[in-house]
Amino acid sequence: MTEVELLPHNVCRQALGWADEAARSLGIRDVELHVGAESSALTRFANNTIHQNVASHGIALSVRTAFDGRTARASTNRITREDVRRAVEQAAALTRAAELDPHLPEMLGPQDVPDAPRWFSRTAACTPDERAVAVKGAIDAAEAEGQTAAGIFSTGESVTAILNTHGLYCYHAETDAVFSMTAMAADSSGWAKRSACDLGDLDVAALAAGAASKAKLSANPIEIEPGRYRVVLEHAAVLDLVGQIVADFSATAIEEQRSFLTGKLGQCLFGQNISIADDCRHPMQDGAPFDGEGMPRTRLVLVDRGVVREVACGRAAALRTASQPTGHGLALPNDAGEMAANIVMSGGEESVESLVAGMDRGILVTRLWYIREVDPAAKIMTGMTRDGTFLVEGGRAVRGLRNFRFNQSVVELLNSVEAMSAPRRTSGEEAFDMVVPALRAANFHFSEVTRF
Amino acid sequence: MNFLSIARRALDAAVSARGVAYADVRVVDIHSRSLSTRNGRVGSASSGESLGCGIRVIANGAWGFASTGDLTAEGIARAARLAAGIAHASSLALRSPVQLASEPAHRAVWRSEWKKDPLAMPVDEQLSYLLRVDEELRRVEGVTLAGAQMECWRERKVFVSSEGAEIDQTRTVMGAGCEAYSFREGEIQKRSYPNSFGGQYQLGGWELVENLDLLGHAPRIAEEAVALHDAAQCPELTGTLILDSSQLGLQIHESIGHPIELDRVLGSEANYAGMSFLTLNRLRSLRYGSDLVNVVCDARAEHGPGMGTIAFDDEGVEAQCTPIITAGQFTGYMTSRETAPAVGEERSNGTMRASSWDRIPLIRMTNVSLLPGHQSLDELFDVDHGVYMETNRSWSIDDKRYNFQFGCEMAWEIKNGKKVRMLKNPTYSGISTEFWNSCDAIAGREHWTLWGVPNCGKGQPEQVMGTGHGASPARFRNVKIGGGYGR
Repeated sequence: MTEVELLPHNVCRQALGWADEAARSLGIRDVELHVGAESSALTRFANNTIHQNVASHGIALSVRTAFDGRTARASTNRITREDVRRAVEQAAALTRAAELDPHLPEMLGPQDVPDAPRWFSRTAACTPDERAVAVKGAIDAAEAEGQTAAGIFSTGESVTAILNTHGLYCYHAETDAVFSMTAMAADSSGWAKRSACDLGDLDVAALAAGAASKAKLSANPIEIEPGRYRVVLEHAAVLDLVGQIVADFSATAIEEQRSFLTGKLGQCLFGQNISIADDCRHPMQDGAPFDGEGMPRTRLVLVDRGVVREVACGRAAALRTASQPTGHGLALPNDAGEMAANIVMSGGEESVESLVAGMDRGILVTRLWYIREVDPAAKIMTGMTRDGTFLVEGGRAVRGLRNFRFNQSVVELLNSVEAMSAPRRTSGEEAFDMVVPALRAANFHFSEVTRF
Repeated sequence: MNFLSIARRALDAAVSARGVAYADVRVVDIHSRSLSTRNGRVGSASSGESLGCGIRVIANGAWGFASTGDLTAEGIARAARLAAGIAHASSLALRSPVQLASEPAHRAVWRSEWKKDPLAMPVDEQLSYLLRVDEELRRVEGVTLAGAQMECWRERKVFVSSEGAEIDQTRTVMGAGCEAYSFREGEIQKRSYPNSFGGQYQLGGWELVENLDLLGHAPRIAEEAVALHDAAQCPELTGTLILDSSQLGLQIHESIGHPIELDRVLGSEANYAGMSFLTLNRLRSLRYGSDLVNVVCDARAEHGPGMGTIAFDDEGVEAQCTPIITAGQFTGYMTSRETAPAVGEERSNGTMRASSWDRIPLIRMTNVSLLPGHQSLDELFDVDHGVYMETNRSWSIDDKRYNFQFGCEMAWEIKNGKKVRMLKNPTYSGISTEFWNSCDAIAGREHWTLWGVPNCGKGQPEQVMGTGHGASPARFRNVKIGGGYGR
């Protein structure tokens, strides 16, 4: 496994030694550590100037003790023998007070977790000056169109390690780079965002040009009546909506009957053109190849040609429901159980342009905003369009539109998909990064129009 | 550990860096505890500590910020150099140099009040109370998921600046709540007490939980969660809406609190949280609400123990009360030392707050509250027909804070002043100014509660902040109701 200077192995192992020493003095043998380190920097710009520019460096240690069928956790951001000892004592005090859990899993022993190389030195070493130069170029692109730019450019590295007194040792290092920009004209705006583990995969100039182009094309927006329309949802808009159902693919959520999938495993709930997987090892994915309990993440087929096949299952839920854990558990103890975190949605052969070309009249949506759940069982979501909403006529985006509010069931949407583009790694603001396509769908419900 | 010495050392390192004209330092120490239950078992049981230092500088007329949890002399010096280096990089794309409105260099020590220290209490006492609440919820047949939770933290913050300020503040925050879910035939209903998404949060100690009496209210909300399955669907109509005070608190947060953030108005948040319909030309000219509507942004202790109650903000500016809406007229923004001059103010009104030591302060709501009216609840409900909604279930508003839609957990149809039937899945929507202009009754002080919203997100990297919102139940006319389920 890749070791990086940000959090050397010996620091993790020394912390475990201190924790074990403190625990044994209390008669406790089962101790688990989560050790995280992060160094990140973010250059933020608005009104065509850099207005916030920050860097942070931190380390986090979380100790879990378990005994007599009970468990609890305590955390600190300092790793000295004294701080680790105090965390162990606090975790032990909480554990003593916790209720007996007959389904508390034993701590894991050593696991075979193949490395997922996602750390790039160039990204980790990116300087404030490099980010400032790239941002200056993005601002220049907007200014050339008479627009105002706002956005971020961030780079950073992080390490996650899970280790325990049963011999478990998982360690993952990763870098990340994110650029997003909103270009604003007099009465319109455009937006673009991408993220990558490798800074070299980000084309800041192209993203800035894309945002500026959308702002230009959506100038002088008109208002049309709300109602049901055919839509082309660009990748970010698909991410925004599909992201709202991911937490339901959880054994604990189904067991607690708070998932819309309760009683529906094995049923065909979506169109036959919809397939969704959770695949940590997909080349466009990020994240650690192990879960919050230290289990290797397996590939899950969540939806296969419309049929709900599998859900994420942590070890505690597996014990309660007599099923197999999948490697998607959250750190114990927790309320939610587990979470699929590496969504890959299958797509089609089209491009965004050809999806639009296949629509006589409809609406092209760049991204969505402030999505909240109106109905947890029907998965009706409300939210707004933002930063590039276009009227499509004769297979072309002909002009900008004032933004809409929508009230749309994601289940109905995924039964109304006509065509899709190839999937790609996508970033938005309403869900974590996923690999999703753009799509064209019928009968999307825009319920109101706003005043801009 | 002497936090003031650490802060002074960091300040010395910052002001000695190349070109630094201004610097401030926050040393922040946070201790927290979180407990929850799920259907009779422990959901989460955790405690946490976080200690670090944030250094903010102006060099070459531009901002730089760096933070570190390494409080050794070497760690602090490294962060100070980095902050200065970042400021110099910022100046590569600078339009005009940062200038700060003046503020006296305060020296003060302040602690919020609590009676029963929730961090010193035995954990088993707290957990056993939550488990009793959980059990009480599950006594009602049809409840399929019960939960109770509490969260508390103490934050000590030492602020020093190159202008001579030295401020030591400690706040203790307590939050608790419970909820019951009922699943039946593919429908999920939920009731929460005293509020959804965690419950009620205020400055204080365990006495807040005792006063909330979760145990006493658990049977009622459990029964309501089950009864909602048999209730009629909230119809689509345009009519009279009465909101309970917790929902009105969130309505204030979204449609008044966020749009009055001056950094948002000036474009600083355009790429993420968005901007505001309250452009500068609307100050003192926009009719934001009816004559009954008076809203203040008040961080002072005399406003109450809100999540936004402070003695000084994270720029060292003293807590103040700013009139936001005065008899319906829009009269004020929330400002910072950098932005106050943009609206002709010589002084910031003290709303810059950071979520922790590793984040830069932003303009954040302190306590943005609707002042109470004079009506009784009987007078509020004295309508031919209306819908009364309780407890938030969903909330959404556009990026200029103009078009909103909210959903609530439960509603009642009102006819001739009486609740006649329960309604499920209620939603309402509108335009911010039109909504507040339609307010024609606000209940009195005896019904006013200072609610805590613990999960307000803003900024990049995102910061989650607690805010306070006082409200009494109020009535609004000609509101679009039921659109969330429209076809």
